[in-house]
Amino acid sequence: MSEHAAVPDEVPEAHHEAPHDAHNDPEHIKREVRVYLLVFCSLAVLTGATVAARFWFDLPMGYAIAVALTIACIKGFLVAGFFMHLLSEKKLIYSVLALTVIFFAFLVWLPIHDILDKMGK
Amino acid sequence: MAPKRQVRVGNQWMNARDAWHALEEARRVTLDEERRQRLHDLPFIRKYVFSTDHKVIGIQYGFTALCFLLLGFCLMILMRLQLGWPGHAFSVMKLIGEMRAPGGVLLPEAYNQLGAMHGTIMIFLGIVPLAVGAFGNYFVPLQIGAPDMAFPKLNMASYWCYFVGGVIMLASFGYSGGTANSGWTSYPPLSDIATHGQTFWLFGMVFLITSSLLGSVNFLVTIIQLRAKGMSLMRFPFFVWAQFVTSFLLLLAFPPLEAAAVLQLMDRLAHTSFFLPSGLVVSGTPLGNAGGGNPLLWQHLFWFLAHPEVYVLILPGMGIVAEVIANNTRKPLWGYRSMVGAVIFLGFMSFVVWAHHMFLTGMGTVISAFFQTTTMIISIPSVIILSALFISLWGGSIRFNVPMLFALAFLPMFGIGGLTGLPLGLATADLHLHDTYYVIGHFHYVVAPGTIFAMFAGVYYWFPKITGRRLNEFWGKVHFWISLVCINGIFFPMFMQGLAGVSRRLYDGGIQYAHAKAIAEQTNPFMSICAIGLLCAQVPFLINFFYNAILSILGHRNEIENQNPWQATTLDWAATTSPPLGHGNFEVMPVVYRGPYEYSVPGAATDWTPQHVETEEAPPTGGGMLPEVAVAQREM
Amino acid sequence: MTAHADAHHELEIPYNVMPRPDTGVYNAKLGVWLFLASEVMLFGALFSSLILLRTGAPSWPVGKDTLHVLPATVNTFVLILSSVTVVLAWANLRLGNLKKGRIFIGITLLCGLIFMLIKAYEYNLSFEHHHFPSTNNFFAIYFTMTGLHGLHVLGGMIVFTYFLTVGSKMWHKEPQRFTNRIEVVGLYWHFVDLVWIFLFPTLYLL
Repeated sequence: MSEHAAVPDEVPEAHHEAPHDAHNDPEHIKREVRVYLLVFCSLAVLTGATVAARFWFDLPMGYAIAVALTIACIKGFLVAGFFMHLLSEKKLIYSVLALTVIFFAFLVWLPIHDILDKMGK
Repeated sequence: MAPKRQVRVGNQWMNARDAWHALEEARRVTLDEERRQRLHDLPFIRKYVFSTDHKVIGIQYGFTALCFLLLGFCLMILMRLQLGWPGHAFSVMKLIGEMRAPGGVLLPEAYNQLGAMHGTIMIFLGIVPLAVGAFGNYFVPLQIGAPDMAFPKLNMASYWCYFVGGVIMLASFGYSGGTANSGWTSYPPLSDIATHGQTFWLFGMVFLITSSLLGSVNFLVTIIQLRAKGMSLMRFPFFVWAQFVTSFLLLLAFPPLEAAAVLQLMDRLAHTSFFLPSGLVVSGTPLGNAGGGNPLLWQHLFWFLAHPEVYVLILPGMGIVAEVIANNTRKPLWGYRSMVGAVIFLGFMSFVVWAHHMFLTGMGTVISAFFQTTTMIISIPSVIILSALFISLWGGSIRFNVPMLFALAFLPMFGIGGLTGLPLGLATADLHLHDTYYVIGHFHYVVAPGTIFAMFAGVYYWFPKITGRRLNEFWGKVHFWISLVCINGIFFPMFMQGLAGVSRRLYDGGIQYAHAKAIAEQTNPFMSICAIGLLCAQVPFLINFFYNAILSILGHRNEIENQNPWQATTLDWAATTSPPLGHGNFEVMPVVYRGPYEYSVPGAATDWTPQHVETEEAPPTGGGMLPEVAVAQREM
Repeated sequence: MTAHADAHHELEIPYNVMPRPDTGVYNAKLGVWLFLASEVMLFGALFSSLILLRTGAPSWPVGKDTLHVLPATVNTFVLILSSVTVVLAWANLRLGNLKKGRIFIGITLLCGLIFMLIKAYEYNLSFEHHHFPSTNNFFAIYFTMTGLHGLHVLGGMIVFTYFLTVGSKMWHKEPQRFTNRIEVVGLYWHFVDLVWIFLFPTLYLL
């Protein structure tokens, strides 16, 4: 009598223990933890910097926006790149996000262009 | 009587019926006995109501969506009665209550409610759940050789979210102030100050959008991750490509509408002024809100979704038509690669054309020119796809069965719909045509004789796979021909009306305007009669459908004959009739060796070579992989 | 086939735990990134609305003078802390240490709670000054965006609670799958933090 039908090799079964590959090697993970803590410190410093920049310097609004958004982008990059490990993520994920960013840019830019047009600018 | 086909089982040749019994036994053996037993132990409610099986969910979506389509159609019949004979009393009108139709005469306010809900129900509760939720859910996993969707519980959640959204929308009819009446587009400031029915609409939309979002994540992960071995991207049936692009559209385009719905809810419930300009006066009294809002903000956010939404409406239909045409011409689709490239490009472009719905909002010339250009560009991939489908007919051995009739009709109907979109996409022509019946004619041609015909093609085509019975061909043809004639009778005159300047959303069809009176009076009654004819044409379909569905449930089915009656090559036809629930669709995960439309391959034994067979020399045994491999396993 | 799947009437879906070779990801990871892409569009639409309303307004209140920056700054630190604790939880689970993992998930949950409490305090301060969503569009968009963000924090907290209680049973049967789930929730939580990183300066400082 045949067993339950064989499944082609390419469909791996669920494992019960953590796979022993390079990414789950304890040394590798400890190094990652060091990076996480470093990123945390950077984020804390940058948060303080962005508040300080706003309160200590009386910049015109345009510059204030530029500074605040730049710091926010750096913080965002750190969170996305290291905490969300986007820097070591697969191409598939990147392509989805790249597509999203393009559409996001259209969504933000075009209505602004419309209203600027109407305001005569 | 079934022809006496001989089927090879192991080393023996036997007739089809004996083969089936032999294979049933093999199947019982190869199934995990324990698991099967546990499945039978599942209570009815876990097996058929709160099921995580994509096939049950697909049927749930399908049945619910078809009911909503019928409801939306009935709302339209009431509207068409009013349009054809404005101010006349109709006893059927009393169905919507004395308040809305005193003495059977439809009030203008009630007409607006019907209009808004007809659009909303047809689009969000009818077509999208049918095209994506029903056909997509049932057939995408089958066509890619997957055991189920990637996230079965999420799939179930998506359906019930849709169901709740539908209930909320329906509940709004019962509300004493009336249901939503600001058009399916819900433009502020009108929608901001409308009655509570609009709040129901917004909450309903939040649930529907959530359902779509969860569903689209499921579809994308399933298509990317769960395809069978050998199922490369360019071996996908075109239906799968269409669903893939559709899911991307749903994923990325819906959230801005969700944001907009939240903003409108804040306007209505928390008295914010996101969309309310300063100094707004309603019926002589100043509104007294903070002001500073922008009604165009809603329009931008709404149309950012609603334009990709219309491609969500058409793409699955194109996918179905592609399947049916390839199958019934007995040859591969012409220009498959071009069609794939076109559908991807179409999906991308659909995100950057939205403001062609806003040409008359006072946009500057630069931005108008931008959107006009992108809109013209987006017509190109549509033309490529339609042309490829037309050219696919050339040299084919066309079988004129009912699915093929619907698929063939789709081509010129979508052609008319698409071509009439071009003047609307040109800003200057749109000055004259915006908000007229020309627009209504255009989009109905694409959706009604376009998508809905494709949906019917899908129903007739896939009914045997789901139920093990075929729908009656004769009544199918009656359904088709009368529908085709009537549907053209309803929508073609709309172009004439629109060109003459008849505005849309007028409860009397335009007779109060001097420029519109003549054409309205000439065409509206005819169109309304055609609408009633279209309703009557659905009766044979309903009877055909329910008669065969009920008989199938009662067990009167021919699983062997109807496992692949169309002799189709795609993987969905390789599964058994009504694939088993909770068992992963295929006894053995299929391996794909060839493209999806290997019909009439030179040198092959038959004019069809399924995707999962390794060589074309041997005739496929009834198209089912299950018998061959399961028995081969048994013999080893 | 694996026994645990059968026990729950569950169908075994391939690539739930181990990544698919050609894409390199397991199902839930792709799923959560797609979901986050849609969330980018959601918050993006709100940012777009904010910019549009602000650009078109004749005058617009300055954030640092109108809102309470100190509680919000504290909240920013709290959220960043919670981001690092959730990723440390995942690291510990990968090392096979459930106990430490649960501690870090607990700290993350606590941070979320502190965030919501400080936010409630902050909203209360605004209400005391008679600043409501209906006051003007600045407050309207402020309450809407921070409110929606707060709902997302709450959602994350509910999921963490589930994984600390009922959900942790999965560790004993399928530790890799449980670890993957924490990774996936962590990605969602980081996104919530990311939104706040942009929301904070845009509303409170500018």
